[in-house]
Amino acid sequence: MKRTTFRNPWLPILLLSPQLAIIAVFFYWPAGYALQTSFYLQDPFGFGSTFVGAENYTRLTSSANYQDALTFTIVFTLLVTFFSLAIALLLAVKADKVLRGARTYRTLLMWVYAIAPPVAGLMGVMLFDQSRGNLTQLFQALGWDYTLGVNYWDTAVAMIVVSVWKQIPVNFIFFLSGLQAIPRSVHEAAMIDNRSGMSRFWDVTFPLLAPTGFFLLIINITYALFDTFGIIDTLVKGEPGNNPMTLVYRVFVDGFRGGDLGGSSAQSVVLMVLVLILTIVQFRFLERRIHYT
Amino acid sequence: MADIAETSQTVPLAARKAAATRRRRRIKPGDVVDHTILILGALLMLVPVWMVFASAGHDAVLIHREGLQFWFGDQLGENFRAALLEKGGFTDSVNGVTMLTNSLILGLGFAVGKILVGMTAAYAIVYFRLKFGTLAFWMIFTTLLLPLEVRILPSYEVVQNMGLANTYTGLIVPLVASATATFFFRQFFRSVPEELIEAARIDGAGPWKFFVDILIPLSRTMIAAMFIIMFVYGWNQYLWPTLITTDESLFTLVRGIRQIVQAYADGSTTPEYGQAAALAIIAMVPPVLIVVFFQRWFVKGLTESDK
Repeated sequence: MKRTTFRNPWLPILLLSPQLAIIAVFFYWPAGYALQTSFYLQDPFGFGSTFVGAENYTRLTSSANYQDALTFTIVFTLLVTFFSLAIALLLAVKADKVLRGARTYRTLLMWVYAIAPPVAGLMGVMLFDQSRGNLTQLFQALGWDYTLGVNYWDTAVAMIVVSVWKQIPVNFIFFLSGLQAIPRSVHEAAMIDNRSGMSRFWDVTFPLLAPTGFFLLIINITYALFDTFGIIDTLVKGEPGNNPMTLVYRVFVDGFRGGDLGGSSAQSVVLMVLVLILTIVQFRFLERRIHYT
Repeated sequence: MADIAETSQTVPLAARKAAATRRRRRIKPGDVVDHTILILGALLMLVPVWMVFASAGHDAVLIHREGLQFWFGDQLGENFRAALLEKGGFTDSVNGVTMLTNSLILGLGFAVGKILVGMTAAYAIVYFRLKFGTLAFWMIFTTLLLPLEVRILPSYEVVQNMGLANTYTGLIVPLVASATATFFFRQFFRSVPEELIEAARIDGAGPWKFFVDILIPLSRTMIAAMFIIMFVYGWNQYLWPTLITTDESLFTLVRGIRQIVQAYADGSTTPEYGQAAALAIIAMVPPVLIVVFFQRWFVKGLTESDK
């Protein structure tokens, strides 16, 4: 808030009301509804529902399917985050260093940002297709009998590869802007003290990039958890079967396919808590960053 | 080489410059590695899309036999025409142009809605002293915590019960219900110098005049940046349109992708691979062009939003 402010009784309320109205109807109402239905068991034929307490939650902890989705989500998130950050960092460091063609490289490495996840997923379907995918043919030439949609981990590989590919541009943009914010003088001083490029990177550049890296870590975890929905849905062709599933995809499958409103809502609530924790970490960190930079 | 050596004897300064240039021009092995890595990275981003584009120039039978192609065939115009104008390719009753229009409506409606709602709310939060200001602030920013994907089923129920399924309102407005733009503009307004509002008040400008005549013109770059990010975000929405639009006349291009994938899964007939590739290209061209052409604003908007 500014030190000098306007004093006007009704204008701020008028200004805030569209925002407040929209979030009340389309955010708080649904979120409350999820919380409420997570304690009820829906009749499968639509004849009302009964209060079952925490049963929907305890059902989750004992469900092998849910445990499986949880394990897969953790593995998936770790791999996607690690590879997309590592590849993007390497490319950003190089793009920051070269003099010739820097602009062209920057454009070529970031434009994929604009491609929708399901479109990337469709490209994955085409390239990893069981019988005619170009990558499948390559794998088969190398002796790997790759079957998308049949073998659990083969499908997981396609999901991870496409998700990493789609996320590299975002990480690249942030890393590059982080690198460009490091003053030239720091580089020059480091250059005098240490001639080895590798140790200069790990001792000087990398620590200075840490704030960007931490911010991106959160962004990437959120991406792997939620924004990959379109990629996963297209790669399993809308038919999950016994393919790997992330937690968010399970919420969708159980709720819309299985008609298990209570169970799906309980899963939503679990995810809400998860995101809440992530965001608290992020906000604490962001507040710090505002003060010190 | 010889004449450079000659001049260096006669004009030392010029020679030193020439030598410096030469040293800079000499290709170091490190540079080769750097460029190789960057070129490989660029190819990684480019080649898959290129293959889809090139495959849009072939008929379904060839792609069915050999997979995606590296070079165009003779069907490029035909496939794009069919993808844009023919009904009953992957959908029953709409063609590509209708889906393109719907994507534009969603992208524009979402971006404009987000910016209008976000700017006004941020203005109220930053420039007014309110009794319930802190409460409103936290109510608004809690929405940043939970993406639509998390509360998808209850949101669907609520919108459905309001009779908003298969309407543009039901498609766009629930997506606007998160505070990303509000947060972004709040951060920007806070960085606007305090002197401006003091000067405006001394000159007798009211809150409305200050907003319209000073703050909005000042925010032009920010609005542009936000517009690009939000347009791309809205255009690329998938899950919500999939649920809320079952009526094909409201399908967006990205929603249409699901139909293509289902044709792949169906397996009873050979899907029109060429047309599918063409439709995928059509779905990515507008957001990609915007991001590439307005790169500077877009990058600024994206990287500033984290501060």
